[in-house]
This record gives sequence, structure tokens and C-alpha cells, in this order.
Amino acid sequence: MPRPDPEQGAMLSAISGLGRRVNDALQRLGFATRFFFMLLYWSGQSFRRLSLTIREIYFSGFQSLLIIMVSGLFIGMVLGMQGYETLQRYGSADALGVLVALSLVRELGPVVAALLFASRAGSSITAEIGLMKATEQLTAMDMMAVNPIARVVAPRFWGGVISMPLLAALFSATGVFGGYLIGVVFIGVDEGAFWSQMQASVDFRYDVWSGIVKSFVFGIAVSLIAVFEGYDAVPTAEGVSSSIKGTVVKSALAILSLDFVLTSFMFREA
Amino acid sequence: MPAENLVEIRDLDFAYEDRPILKGITLEIPRGKVVAIMGGSGCGKTTLLRLIGGQLKPSRGEVLVDGLAVPALGADELYALRRRMGMLFQFGALFTDISVFDNVAYQMREHTDLPEELIRDMVLMKLNAVGLRGAHDLMPAELSGGMARRVALARAIALDPMLIMYDEPFAGLDPISLGVIGQLIRKLNDALGATTIMVTHDIQESLLIVDFIYFMSDGKVVALGTPDEIRASKHPFVHQFVFAEADGPVPFHYPAAPLAQELLGRGVYAQA
Repeated sequence: MPRPDPEQGAMLSAISGLGRRVNDALQRLGFATRFFFMLLYWSGQSFRRLSLTIREIYFSGFQSLLIIMVSGLFIGMVLGMQGYETLQRYGSADALGVLVALSLVRELGPVVAALLFASRAGSSITAEIGLMKATEQLTAMDMMAVNPIARVVAPRFWGGVISMPLLAALFSATGVFGGYLIGVVFIGVDEGAFWSQMQASVDFRYDVWSGIVKSFVFGIAVSLIAVFEGYDAVPTAEGVSSSIKGTVVKSALAILSLDFVLTSFMFREA
Repeated sequence: MPAENLVEIRDLDFAYEDRPILKGITLEIPRGKVVAIMGGSGCGKTTLLRLIGGQLKPSRGEVLVDGLAVPALGADELYALRRRMGMLFQFGALFTDISVFDNVAYQMREHTDLPEELIRDMVLMKLNAVGLRGAHDLMPAELSGGMARRVALARAIALDPMLIMYDEPFAGLDPISLGVIGQLIRKLNDALGATTIMVTHDIQESLLIVDFIYFMSDGKVVALGTPDEIRASKHPFVHQFVFAEADGPVPFHYPAAPLAQELLGRGVYAQA
């Protein structure tokens, strides 16, 4: 592509620069879409060797358990304190269980767990695939007649997709326990009211199910971003580092914007 | 009767976007021979290997491997062909998350249903051939550069390929490792009845082990011959290469405006 003659003015070069950036962005989007379809196409082959995906569930799911559960516990404890302080002003401290459970199951569980998952597991998936690319391991695999998308990318993608809803559920569960710990054990909210109001007000098909749908969608988004950023990384130290940054930033934006979209679909006026 | 040449390349052009890399390359790799493709850094040697392996598609011309037109192959046929090829990458490209043993066993496990005991014996034999049977438990990070190259070599020959390709097998090795790798390339080729293509710029080592040499410059074949012919060659490029002269047909300077002009502020940047 010939660069513009500088004598034609800075204006023209600014316009063509903008055009080039839009062009690059569109090209990358197209490549990402094609990559996604290739990933789905090759998934069948990787499912036939389930041990590969199970290994990735271990790496990205099981190994994220500690950070997910500890964070869940703290968020639940904070919710317990903040919720009690607000609710008791209106004399409804008994509803603390409802508040804690609904906040976690519908919103905080899926969103915060996905954000943590993106920075804990997503970034390491990107780094691993990016470094494999930079050290020609993916090319070597391809030359050995082993498809890197089937062998490396698809298991990591599905490992993330499967882990995410489970992690979000565990996050919510430890959060509820944290809320119970603060609300009932330390502050002294009535235990019976805490649990029974929660049982009565949290609807499985609406509240719990919407949380599961959210965490599943976030799992797809984060895993896809993580594997794509790694696979598309510029194969240098600098390129891999910028891809890892890309995974964390893009995942966070995707999670929060998708959360808004999903919440507005699930919103019902009582 | 199979064709005499395992690899035939005719009139091959290749460009990255609009930057031409190969400009009308024609060469033949006879069966059973060790052939070196030499040239300065960045002359398109590695690109040529990728075209033979089907990782890149040429803009024009033919690439035939064992009678098959590589650019026209579908994904499954290409993978079937690659199972009969072994490739050694410049920095080994060993899988860093698995041991030396598992690296060599990788293709056997991926492509065959052989029982684990048989795979074990085969892997140990391959490692024995490169002198590293004792290192089978090590991780790639624990190997020296020369050892890693030998493990990668064992991995490249894991399925007894008909064609072995080496991308800069001598780069960054000490003189002892370099001699070892050179001897291995020759011996493995003859023992396996394979054909070897070696892309390198190490002329002295290559002259000792190869049957035939192609010289590439600026995307073209500029000279060819047996080691004896190359040693006796009067061709200026070959002469510069064999005697490692700094300047000659391969210029020392990257193309640029004259120095004086550039220093006086009228160079390429000032024009822009």
C-alpha cells in the first residue's frame, strides 16, 4: 500500500491513517470470527479426547478455586455488613439473607467471578498460547500434522467455558456463607429469618437461572478472548505481553457490557 | 517407479503482502541425498522450507513433493503428507511443558495406536541415535542448546520420515555440538533412507556432509554444485560466501541514500 505523498498535506495522511486503523480493526474482527468457526469445527476432534479438556478444566478451573472462594467469602462478608447497616435503618434486618443471596446470585457472583477468572486463568491461557506461538511450538505441531486449534486452543476454550459457571456458583455459595458469618454469627440477625426469607424470595427459575446464563455467556466471552489473543499474538516478548494485557482489558469490558445487555433482557417490572 | 526427485520446485514466486521474497526459484532435491540451500540471512531460505511443508502458498509456480502438488492439497491430504515429513526448527521448538521422552513420543501417540511399551522402546531408540537416551527424563528447559537441538532431531525422525527438513541446524552451536549435529544429519539420512533438505549459512560444515548445494540470493538460485565444484567455484557470490568476505555481491550496507547526502539533511527522511 503506497503511503500518501506528504506534500498532499497532513490532513490526508490523518484520514488515511484513520482508514487504515478501521481497516485493520475490521480485518482482525474478520479473523476472529473465522477463528471462532474453526475452533467450533475442530472442537469435535478435541472432544473425542476428553482428557485434554479435563486437564484444562483442572488448570483453569480447579486452580482458580482458591482465589474465587476467598474473594467470594470477603465479598459476602462485606455485603453482610453493608446490607445490615442499610436494612436495619428500615427495621428489616431479617431480610439480610435475601439481600446477600440475590446480590450474589444475580449479579456479583457471575460478574466478579468472571473478572477474577479473566485475570487468573484467561491471562495465563493467553500467555501460554502466545509463548507457544513465539517459540514456534504451534508451527512445529502443525508440521507434525497435529492441528494446533484442535490440540491446544479448543481444549482450553472448552475448559474455560465449563469451569466458569461452576466457579461463579461456588463464588456465590461462599459469598452467602460469608454473609451468614457476619450477619448471623457476629451481628446476631435471627438465623431462622436469614435462611427462610432467602428460601422464600430467591426464585430458582428466575434468579438462579439468570445467574447461570450470565456466567455461561461470560465464560464463552472470556475464554474466546483469551485463546484468540494468544493465538493472534505478535510472536515476540513485547507482543505476548500486549496480548495478555489485551485479554484482561477486553475481558473486563466484555463482561461488564454483556452484563448490562443480559440484565436488560432479564429485567422484569414487578 | 517413483520419480527420481523427491522434491521439485519450478519457477516459484512468493511475496509477503507486496514484498517479493522468492523470484522464480527452480530446484530439485534427488531422493536419498542431503542437499543444502545456502544464502545470507533473509534471502528466503526458511520461506522455501515453509512452502515445501505447505505452510505457505506460493503466488506462482509449482512445488512437488513425492509427485504431489503441495499448494493444491486439501487439509487432510496435506496432513497425510506431513506425517511423512520431519522438520527441525531453528530453535528446536520443543514442547516446553512435557519431558524429552514425551516430546519424542508426541507424534507416535498422536498418529498411531501403538501400545505404550512399544512407544517406549521406539522413543529410547530414537534418543539413543542422537546420544541422549540418558536424558529422557529431563525437561526441555534443563537441556543445553546442542542437546535441545538433538532432541528436536530425534523428534523430527520419530515416524521415520521420507523427507527431513532442517532450518538452520547449526545456528548458535559450539564447534563440538556443531560437528555432532552435522554427522547426525548425514548418518540419519543414510540410515533411514530419507532425503534431507538443510537450510543453513554454515558453509564449512555443509561442505563436509552434503551431496549438493544450492546458493540463493535475493530470492533466486545464483549457483549450484557438489561440494567439490563449490570449493573450486569462481562465481563471485560463492567465493564471497566460502571465504566469508564482508563485502562483495552481498553488500555490507542495507540499501540507503548516500551517507553524505543523508548527513547533510537531504536523505530519505528529509525528503519525506
